[in-house]
Amino acid sequence: MSDSTQRRIVTVDGNEAAASAAYRANEVVAIYPITPSSPMGEFSDEWSAQGKPNVWGGVPLVVEMQSEGGAAGAVHGSLQAGALTTTFTASQGLLLMIPNMYKIAGELTAFAMHVSARTLATHGLSIFGDHSDVMACRQTGFALLASNSVQEVHDFALIAQAATLRSRVPFLHFFDGFRTSHEVAKIEQLSDDDLRAMLPADLIEAHRSRAMTPDRPVLRGTAQNPDAFFQAREAANEFYTACPGVVAETMDRFGELTGRHYHLFDYVGHPDAERVVVLMGSGAETVHETVEWLLARGEKVGVLKVRLYRPFSVGDFVAALPASVTAIAVLDRTKEPGAPGEPLYMDVIAALREAQDKGFARFTTPPTVIGGRYGLASKEFTPAMVCAVFGEMAAASPKPRFTVGITDDVTGLSLPFDRDLDTEPDDVSRAVFFGLGADGTVGANKNSIKIIGEETPNFAQGYFVYDSKKSGAMTISHLRFGPRPIQSAYLVKRASFVACHQFVLMEKYDVLGYAAPGAVFLLNAPYGPEEVWDHLAREVQEQILEKRLTFYTIDAVEVARKTGMGGRINAIMQTCFFAISGVLSRDEAIEKIKESIEKTYGRKGDEVVRRNWQAVDETLANLHQVKVPESVTAAKSLPPTISAAAPEFVQRVIGVMAANNGDLLPVSAFPVDGTWPVGTTQWEKRNIALEIPVWDAEICIQCNKCVLVCPHATIRAKYYDPELLKDAPPTFQSTSFRSQEVKGFKYTLQVAPEDCTGCSVCVMVCPVKDKTNPKHKAINMAPQIPLRESERENWAFFLSLPEPDRTRIKLDVKGSQFLTPLFEYSGACAGCGETPYVKLLTQLFGDRLLISNATGCSSIYGGNLPTTPYTTNRDGRGPTWSNSLFEDNAEFGFGFRLALDSLSEQAEDLVRTLAQQVGPDLADAILKSDQSSEEAIAAQRGRVALMRGKLAGLSTPAARRLEVIADYLVRKSVWVVGGDGWAYDIGYGGLDHVLSMGRKVNILVLDTEVYSNTGGQQSKATPRGAVAKFASAGKSMAKKDLAMMAMTYGSVYVARVAFGAKDTHTVTAFLEAESYPGTSLIIAYSPCIAHGYDLAMGLEQQKLAVETGYWPLIRYDPRRLEEGKSPLQLDSGPPKGDLAKFLYNEARFRMVEGIDHARARDLLVAARRDVQMRYRLYELLAKSALSTEATAAAAGGDAAE
Amino acid sequence: MDLSTTYLGLNLQNPLMPGASPMAHDLDTVKRLEDAGAAAIVMHSLFEEQISQEQFASIHHIEAHAESFAEALSYFPRPGEFVLGPEQYLEQVARIKAAVSVPVIASLNGATVGGWVEYARRIQQAGADALELNVYFLATDPQETGGAVERRTLDVLRSVKQAVTIPVAVKLSPFYSSVANLAAELTEAGADGLVLFNRFYQPEIDIEDLEVVPRLELSTSSELLLRLRWLAVLFGRARASLAVTGGVHSATDAIKAIMAGADAVQMVSALLVRGPQHLRTVRAEIESWMEAHEYESLHQMRGSMSLTRCPDPKAFERGNYVRVLQGWRA
Repeated sequence: MSDSTQRRIVTVDGNEAAASAAYRANEVVAIYPITPSSPMGEFSDEWSAQGKPNVWGGVPLVVEMQSEGGAAGAVHGSLQAGALTTTFTASQGLLLMIPNMYKIAGELTAFAMHVSARTLATHGLSIFGDHSDVMACRQTGFALLASNSVQEVHDFALIAQAATLRSRVPFLHFFDGFRTSHEVAKIEQLSDDDLRAMLPADLIEAHRSRAMTPDRPVLRGTAQNPDAFFQAREAANEFYTACPGVVAETMDRFGELTGRHYHLFDYVGHPDAERVVVLMGSGAETVHETVEWLLARGEKVGVLKVRLYRPFSVGDFVAALPASVTAIAVLDRTKEPGAPGEPLYMDVIAALREAQDKGFARFTTPPTVIGGRYGLASKEFTPAMVCAVFGEMAAASPKPRFTVGITDDVTGLSLPFDRDLDTEPDDVSRAVFFGLGADGTVGANKNSIKIIGEETPNFAQGYFVYDSKKSGAMTISHLRFGPRPIQSAYLVKRASFVACHQFVLMEKYDVLGYAAPGAVFLLNAPYGPEEVWDHLAREVQEQILEKRLTFYTIDAVEVARKTGMGGRINAIMQTCFFAISGVLSRDEAIEKIKESIEKTYGRKGDEVVRRNWQAVDETLANLHQVKVPESVTAAKSLPPTISAAAPEFVQRVIGVMAANNGDLLPVSAFPVDGTWPVGTTQWEKRNIALEIPVWDAEICIQCNKCVLVCPHATIRAKYYDPELLKDAPPTFQSTSFRSQEVKGFKYTLQVAPEDCTGCSVCVMVCPVKDKTNPKHKAINMAPQIPLRESERENWAFFLSLPEPDRTRIKLDVKGSQFLTPLFEYSGACAGCGETPYVKLLTQLFGDRLLISNATGCSSIYGGNLPTTPYTTNRDGRGPTWSNSLFEDNAEFGFGFRLALDSLSEQAEDLVRTLAQQVGPDLADAILKSDQSSEEAIAAQRGRVALMRGKLAGLSTPAARRLEVIADYLVRKSVWVVGGDGWAYDIGYGGLDHVLSMGRKVNILVLDTEVYSNTGGQQSKATPRGAVAKFASAGKSMAKKDLAMMAMTYGSVYVARVAFGAKDTHTVTAFLEAESYPGTSLIIAYSPCIAHGYDLAMGLEQQKLAVETGYWPLIRYDPRRLEEGKSPLQLDSGPPKGDLAKFLYNEARFRMVEGIDHARARDLLVAARRDVQMRYRLYELLAKSALSTEATAAAAGGDAAE
Repeated sequence: MDLSTTYLGLNLQNPLMPGASPMAHDLDTVKRLEDAGAAAIVMHSLFEEQISQEQFASIHHIEAHAESFAEALSYFPRPGEFVLGPEQYLEQVARIKAAVSVPVIASLNGATVGGWVEYARRIQQAGADALELNVYFLATDPQETGGAVERRTLDVLRSVKQAVTIPVAVKLSPFYSSVANLAAELTEAGADGLVLFNRFYQPEIDIEDLEVVPRLELSTSSELLLRLRWLAVLFGRARASLAVTGGVHSATDAIKAIMAGADAVQMVSALLVRGPQHLRTVRAEIESWMEAHEYESLHQMRGSMSLTRCPDPKAFERGNYVRVLQGWRA
């Protein structure tokens, strides 16, 4: 944030640029987190928490609501009551605001909102950027203002605020999600004086004068009849007519103030251009850059950037086009299936037609207009694609509708483009960095941009590409530095500097594909400069030689270790970059790096600063140039990304995506409706664990606890006939199976070496200790690389062993863990506390399971491409999974149940109808089947198969109908799965309704007590005293007791579980929930990285949580009433030990102490009280049983009525 | 009745004070201690590990997963004012200093020379009147000689003394081969006081789970005897003032310690069990004992039973050992 009068040069991303202006120009901010807009709200919250004032001296109130619908309502109310109010959102969130947007616009309310435009979920969800969300708002009556770069985002945030106050038309200011919202760039920050100059007091007074107040009462929100509504709706027309003029004036005023001049439509290009592209958003900057390149090559081309899209000023649009234009291509970053064209295209057509009809078209010849889609979901949009569009316009008969950026081999709409075309100027330095999330590469690069942007005259740009997996996540940083503002809104393709911060990535990705000839290559490797060459694959060596790369190496991990930095190599690699790249002098660069380290950590820890400094100082001595041999010496090639044994679709499509080449896939490669095969993670061997567990068969007691707690299903147990061992690989381990029930079997505990994430939770749970050396357990971590080959073979053999007979397994902790997990190798974080529950669910009921999954972590690790974890058993049965939305998950799953009930009822009716034909005994057995056990379900499957055989011989329509739906006679299990953000907040209304309906729907809430997927915003599940975003001083209110609320229905099975504290309780609760004939709700305690501790300790923390009463274990089973017992069973003892012992192991609670010691103490006192009160209440309920007489009397009473 | 004493150059109304313990975490308790007559407040220790390791770990856990995933560039808010362990300690020094009128003795616990020593200076800046340096160290490395351990202790003291101008007391363990020599060396190196003795954490062994369980038992009066002996040995030989800690539960215990040579008497376990007001009781009982035995001031009794003055000095030395063993056999 700037001081009052000085404009500062800052390097910020688009979100911060928007928030900086919006926060300072408003009094109330009501938001709900949604990617990629969340940081705007978070910045505002941080500033508010720090007491930073707006430009009038007040500190804005920032509130997080339960949904975007709620945020929009709060915004509407705050505006009506007179406060300057803003919000930030995107995508589905924006859709939830639409009802209020109509109201806000209909009431001519001055309001500017800021949207990081994001794709709407259709056949799949995408967190990335396009205009499908904002285009869904063009009919609301909001003005739509598009900014194209980080500087423009900052400027337009203010222009929107000023224009809305002047015009009374509410503004939706938008910019491209991720491409602009997350791009870091050097900009000039507006001063508070600038804001005040643009937001004069009279306009604010006018806003206030329209406020609802009992001192000047008015009525709004009336209900109007046919006599009035239409005219009243038209009464606002003049404001819309005037609005473009107001915006143009506001832009002029802004230009006078800052020297940056904008117009409703900005034309750039040849004054006599023949071909002009019309578009808005970041793509316009890429077109601008390409136009300059084409102009230098004598082409008569131009680009028209649309700034104010609504209200669309036809006159200004036509006037902005050169009269010489003969061909126009309108590019839309959205898709409107079934429409004659995309929205901007349609508007251009309409405008040109009107100009022609009204006679103000100045064109020599009426231009032809073609329309194309580009850049959906942040698909790259490059100068090569722009050239393709200009090329198409010059064609004899251009495609009237086209796409660009993909290969459409189905409808042939796409334009071909030259993937090798490089238009980037030589004076712009480009650098690409490969890193892992955990190594701090992105943070270091952001810092480098800051140093270069703020310490040199250069302009700087950074854009960061993240992994879709949360464990072992790769990051790719794209940096540009140059003498002019950087307009290249696309990834770097040819870099003069390529760094790989993790050696393992060299085996997986074509890192050097990014290197331009003659580039510098920096590699962090655990080998010396003499050996590193020999460890590179043939393809890598070839590129180094072919491109004549200068090759440097450092063992940064060793430097980090020596200087006490742990795994953080960021400062070391950053120092290397500056030392080699020569952007700054070495000394100056080191000084600046040290300064920024001190700035970041100085207040928090001298020791951290000292160690970082030491790491920086040690770097140069360890950085070596590698003497590159004359020729390739390596024999080995890069391993394939996807197993050669994978099915065809996985090889042809998923494999390409996994190798980072998905952009090359044509349209025909994809399913038409978003349907995707299951069981694909098994084909992607990620090899991310440095260490994996190794089994000691000698001392293992075969408890299978490790199997239960493994978040990634990479440690499994089987028992089998000893005969089968004759084909076992030489290192395959096995021991006699300990069992009371079955004798003579062998037992094996096997690890999937290439899928394990190395979280070590299994080792933590292992109860066995070697008597002579208690450090040694029945499983112990050991380095992966030496074990990889042999264990890969062992794992394959293990999988080939027969699966146990489900009907004969006792469903306790040990038994359940012989059941095959149908959820495996997900991309969840190492040590994830949610996935063991999901895995257990698939083990117990996976062969008959329908999962409705709320958006969030579980939908990302459950369904994010390229590879997904839900899989099938050997019969081909397994969970079928879908994610509808965030807010509707309970209802979506409820819908599953309605369909299942309807279909099974129809099937039963048909069985009755056809009873004679299929055999009365069989029909009767099918209809009366009790499917409460594995055995009974297997029997019913057998009966249905038998019946199918008989149906095949029948020719009646009823028989055909029954054949189609016969499988619904076998019971299916519906589970609604989601996180606390869904269950406690945005989806609570629906959840509550489903709870009240009594249908057989099971609900699993993976409670991490915070919005995990979007980065730690508070939910109503966040406990008192925990720090979270929007509760940065520690949440002051207690956690909502969802279990208690559900119990009040009296008809819902409710359990609170924590698998790390009492695994048998968890397994029992899942089984009881499934067996309960009505609705069930399991609230599952889930340790999360957002809690701030090493998740290897997750089980210990769960134990402490239960022991201290923080997370009491309960089961509420309405069936118990029939036995005269209280439905509630309290399954954990009274709070024992100090709650602080549990809380302060986690940074989320400890941070409060760091912020405000006294507050921390008060919160702790209150939290202790919460724990005691809740336990007492549960205890009371658990003791309040009705006597059997009373139960009987109640039943008799019912009968008497 | 004159109970006054001088400890670390500080003139105190009486010798009784709480020893380093969690009691100083809570400002209310601190005030109650002062009301009960504490002559000074000795704060809980700021540990070397807290300054280095914990600081690093906290930042690590907050930052470990940042900038890894597109939807969550961070998992924690970034409050403007956020301080970790040592800063809180400094704030607590200032808060206690502002809340009480008696001297505040801060406590630093560390065993190696390092960046953390800088906190000694900041503790002084925060208002502490004196510093207790606890050189808790368990020598487990067979390569390290006793001499090396002592040298390091002296180095730590010297570096702390360089950083501050307030008096510094060194809290020792009894496990040195020559406590008297070390005491002399420490005094030479600038120690203004010696605190006898640090009570080592004594981890317990859980034979069911095969685990070592960290534990700290409250002291009992029986532990006082070791301290009495060394007070008696050191009294009059070292220029530094002497404090006793560990095993003082009653007025009798306190009187014994003073007679053995203590300038100051620190209590922890007894106060944790009986509350701050126990200080008042002990003080009253000392006064009545002195009255009954016609002492006018503490000065009269201080060191009266030390090695140099007591009627039978051998009782503190080897002779005591022989006699006790023989007595036990009998």
